Amino acid sequence: MTSTYELSHLDALEAESVHVFREVAATFEHPVLLFSGGKDSVVMLHLARKAFWPAPPPFPVSHVDTGHNFDEVLEFRDRTVRQLGLRLVVGRVQDDIDAGRVAEESGPRASRNRLQTVTLLRVIRESAFDAVFGGARRDEEKARAKERVFSFRDEFGQWDPRNQRPEVWNLYNGRHRKGEHIRVFPLSNWTELDIWSYIAAEEIALPPLYYAHRRQVVQRDGMLLAHTRHLALLDGEHPYEATVRFRTVGDATCTGCVESTAATPAEVVAETAATRVTERGGTRADDRVSEAGMEDRKKEGYF
Amino acid sequence: MAQELLRLATAGSVDDGKSTLIGRLLFDSKTLFTDQLAAVERASRDRGEEYPNLALLTDGLRAEREQGITIDVAHRYFATPRRKFIIADTPGHIQYTRNMVTGASTADLALVLVDARKGVLEQSRRHAFLAGLLGIPHLVLCVNKMDLVGWSQERFAEIREDFRRFAMKLDVPDLAFVPVSALHGDNVVHRSASMPWYEGAPLLHHLEEVHVASDRNLIDARFPVQYVIRDHGRDFRGYAGTVSGGVFKPGDEVLVLPSGLRSAVRAIWGPGGKEVTEAFAPQAVTVELADELDVARGDLICRPGNRPHSGQDLDAMVCWFAHRSALAPGATYTLRHTTRAITAEVRSLEYRLDVNTLHRDESASGLALNEIGRVQLRTRQPVLFDPYRRNRATGSFILVDDATNDTVAAGMITGPATRVVWHAATVTRDERPTRGLTVWFTGLSASGKSTVAAELERLLVAAGRPAYLLDGDNLRHGLNADLGFGAADRAENVRRVTAVAQLFADAGIVAIVSLISPYRADRARARAAHSDAGLSFVEVFVDTPLAVCEARDPKGMYARARAGEIRGFTGIDDPYEAPVAPELVLRPGDGDPATMASAILTFLDR
Repeated sequence: MTSTYELSHLDALEAESVHVFREVAATFEHPVLLFSGGKDSVVMLHLARKAFWPAPPPFPVSHVDTGHNFDEVLEFRDRTVRQLGLRLVVGRVQDDIDAGRVAEESGPRASRNRLQTVTLLRVIRESAFDAVFGGARRDEEKARAKERVFSFRDEFGQWDPRNQRPEVWNLYNGRHRKGEHIRVFPLSNWTELDIWSYIAAEEIALPPLYYAHRRQVVQRDGMLLAHTRHLALLDGEHPYEATVRFRTVGDATCTGCVESTAATPAEVVAETAATRVTERGGTRADDRVSEAGMEDRKKEGYF
Repeated sequence: MAQELLRLATAGSVDDGKSTLIGRLLFDSKTLFTDQLAAVERASRDRGEEYPNLALLTDGLRAEREQGITIDVAHRYFATPRRKFIIADTPGHIQYTRNMVTGASTADLALVLVDARKGVLEQSRRHAFLAGLLGIPHLVLCVNKMDLVGWSQERFAEIREDFRRFAMKLDVPDLAFVPVSALHGDNVVHRSASMPWYEGAPLLHHLEEVHVASDRNLIDARFPVQYVIRDHGRDFRGYAGTVSGGVFKPGDEVLVLPSGLRSAVRAIWGPGGKEVTEAFAPQAVTVELADELDVARGDLICRPGNRPHSGQDLDAMVCWFAHRSALAPGATYTLRHTTRAITAEVRSLEYRLDVNTLHRDESASGLALNEIGRVQLRTRQPVLFDPYRRNRATGSFILVDDATNDTVAAGMITGPATRVVWHAATVTRDERPTRGLTVWFTGLSASGKSTVAAELERLLVAAGRPAYLLDGDNLRHGLNADLGFGAADRAENVRRVTAVAQLFADAGIVAIVSLISPYRADRARARAAHSDAGLSFVEVFVDTPLAVCEARDPKGMYARARAGEIRGFTGIDDPYEAPVAPELVLRPGDGDPATMASAILTFLDR
């Protein structure tokens, strides 16, 4: 039997992402990969390593640390960076607060989520990064569904959805002037299920948060928030223990978890395939600000 | 569970119900999430709408929701157990051409919607034309709102014929028609109970079954070098890139262009260092060569006996994207092609094409936003390319404005502009006493193609019309005696027969071709070549079941193939890709060969 020359969809997605990584490495001077220790950025790093094998990825990684991150994720981040010998550039939101560049929200529902845009742009400017890999996927959110693989950002880091560069075939236009930069999204065409299928197939290690575990949680606005030292309780809120896992991991004050017993990648794949709620729908407070919450943040320079 | 990926682009004006259809596909295939649906219901209520407006699912931007229009392409994802789908949802009426091109450049299939009440409008034609121009191999015309025309079979047939007549002028090798009601879900995911007369599959079933693997070019080996990977610790030097055509294997003798140096493939590595025995498009791999050569990004690796064109003068169709400037002869841009960036000058604008009427305006002096035209370009260094029709990756480019860094155009290379002028005849086609065309019979061995074809030839000649039968078996005694039965040789066989048929047709003769021609892509190229030359092409599918052919077996070929004496026999151990939308289908129950031949004659005379 001769080869049928057919690619499975995961192989096709992998090839497309690898092509994007190599294209950026070949045409930009100072790329950087945003790496938080979250599942999408872990998959991105895995793909970047595969793209340049047997050499290491020719760029550093960067993390915007809100100061409200889960300890397990930071440990995973630091261990990964150490094991792979990567250079990590950390931008701390706390530094911008201390310097008076941003004002921290007050009150029990305060979140630093919105502040991280300022820190991200500062890191990009200070390190003169010209291409910034982000793990955003088009299936996540309706504004992201409109995003290009190579997303032009002006000198203020802004996204202009009405004036995006047409993107045809796999001919990406990364041209920019000094001070401007390009956000690059190698996972644009991946869905949550694709990500998990790939994690299972490639046996990619993740922070333990992504698998079922017992922890103290609080019910708030229809979401299940982890009870951590970063979360101030509101009147009438009572933490209780539950078996949960996280579908998406970000700032601990606005990332919810879901009740689940899925403890292995295969079990998560099965659960993801059956779920009827989107990844961000049930677990991200930052998307609930308004109908256009993500669009507004992207216009400000969020990724 | 290895699913295949299908990329599709949707087109059609907003009022035709495109967003409703996409919403229905997502909803009925259980891909629409409950929180998304709740958000749509909430937003619809806020806008005072009675029903959930599924268009709000795809219109994600603030300005789109406020104005009720789609501004930019959105990508949607859904899956069935068989396939994963990426939908590029392109806006219908605002900035149509640019957006359609943006969303459709990588599509395997275009989905065009028409409103059953309105029929085939200018817009439907424009979208079908763009699908053809972009080389999208499969087109599905969804006739929507069938509920509003009383589920009328006649209305559907009328629209189908109307569109089919128009599509014959285009390069759309595979055309399918589905009557649907997106609002009620008829024939979208589930078969409609209201249209029992429709024998075809629901839309989703068609999307799952449509055969796309053979759409890729597996013949012309092309590997544009994207990035050089060095690992000094291991003394490793590999050329990374994405295969854009053909198949590469370790041991293959290769040629590096533009240097012209030769070497052999030592090894091919998949991502992460997985050694592979072959690489084909669109795999991303790393190639190690046997010799130490100076190879850099922008170079192209191919086989010595099969090189791309190399030249500084290109003939191309371009679609203009910029609203701040117009394309004008004399201007220079950066041309991005495969992994290269080269300065290029627009030498001339041959014509501007009116995408609504297909009229060519040769007096045009420039191209404005959304306009399409044929241009001649001259590049500062030679470009290594194939015609777009032969290879979408090595035949496409973009133009970047160096002043603004904007992507101002997408281009498809027609061929070299070397001015090897076609020797102009003094006799025009109209001056000849008869008009020729090509009737192309395809079907399994022993399906009865040649019998019907011979009968057709007899009928035509008896009626005083010049006709000649080009029989596949007979041609293999002379013109094609040097060819075997592998995929590449079959493609070459079809190419030669196409060229001969075109000469006959041009001379005013009805060229009757009888050829198994098992691969859809080969037949699509034959059709496209005729279309380019302005010649009619009628595909006749002799749809005789394999079991019947095998029972007939007049030459004993099936028996030998079953016995393993012949390898690569169509229908046994090599696939036959049936046409999805031929002009005519003949089945065993349709009568004797003479009856079938006269049915073809009736079709030709229509």
